Amino acid sequence: MPPPAPSRRTFTSSGAAFAAGVRAAWLSVFFLVLAGTYSGIGALAHDFGFSAWWLALSSVVVWAAPAQVILISALGNGSAAIEAAIAVALSAIRLLPMVVALLPLLRDDANTRKRELLLPAHFTAVSMWVESLRLLPAIAPEHRIAFCNGLSVGYMGTAVTFGFVGYYLAAGLPPLLAGALLFLTPLSFLISTARNSRMLIERVAFVLGLAFGPLLTWYGVGLDLLWTGVLGGVIAYGIHRWCRTAA
Amino acid sequence: MTTTTTVFDTAGAWPYVLLLLVGFLPNEIWRALGLVLAHGLDEDSELVVLSRAVATAIIAGVVAKLIVFSSGSLDSVPLWVRVAAATIGFTSYALVRRSVFVGVAGGEAVLLLGGFLFGR
Repeated sequence: MPPPAPSRRTFTSSGAAFAAGVRAAWLSVFFLVLAGTYSGIGALAHDFGFSAWWLALSSVVVWAAPAQVILISALGNGSAAIEAAIAVALSAIRLLPMVVALLPLLRDDANTRKRELLLPAHFTAVSMWVESLRLLPAIAPEHRIAFCNGLSVGYMGTAVTFGFVGYYLAAGLPPLLAGALLFLTPLSFLISTARNSRMLIERVAFVLGLAFGPLLTWYGVGLDLLWTGVLGGVIAYGIHRWCRTAA
Repeated sequence: MTTTTTVFDTAGAWPYVLLLLVGFLPNEIWRALGLVLAHGLDEDSELVVLSRAVATAIIAGVVAKLIVFSSGSLDSVPLWVRVAAATIGFTSYALVRRSVFVGVAGGEAVLLLGGFLFGR
């Protein structure tokens, strides 16, 4: 933890810190990102026959866009529940190191109780995490949890709202526009996953996944998502090891 | 391309049970573990590197399947237009300041134009 700086932002109450967090969420670039992503997920949920309330609940309890996309498309395609569960679990491993990195920023050593950290841990997702790591160091330690919860509620509210927007737009729009809305999910995930793939191993896994996903489905291979992950991941890992040995 | 038919029964309480068992639990377990472990995790350990690769491949697989085996209203846009739109969107992202917004806008523009000209 860095030494306390005199310029840290303080608030009159936890409520004020919470409100400042909500404001920060709505003014950040992730507001637009979430609005677009969840409009697309709303259209996807509509297309696969889920109810709008099911989607809203999934945004609150799952609160991870990749896991929600996997859940909706796997269950909607009639995959086995256990396959969908394993695919969701594999997609969510990244949350562990994120929570580990976030907690030291929230802990106001002597005063923080473990149960106060339960909510921020649940709220941990890419949008909230990036902004928390950027903004929290400038907030007084005793108000960080409230600010972080406000930030998260701001983001989650955005996701739930635009999930409904996408869902009902997909139901009412002419087919081509509804199709374009539906296309938002694969397109934005294609690009953001590529952007998050910084190491060679992740890039190789990304390309292999793009190829294996449709191929295994085309040949009617059972548990295709798991095979895509295992084959793509292990081959990429092998190449990564081989490159390191060769270098 | 084939239209995906929904095999999944979306009526009643069952979807909500699946949401908790298949969506919430396998996702939340990692947040809970993060809370318990809290420190002493090496982000560069071999297991973390491998699991990140597996997760990346799964998400890429889901994305490619959504593009290739489109369902519902997206099915009226020919496969080659969908693939072209994704390719051009990705290329414009890579060329223009690695901007996700530019990539998404470019891909959507191609999809709308191609769907308008060649769609059913």
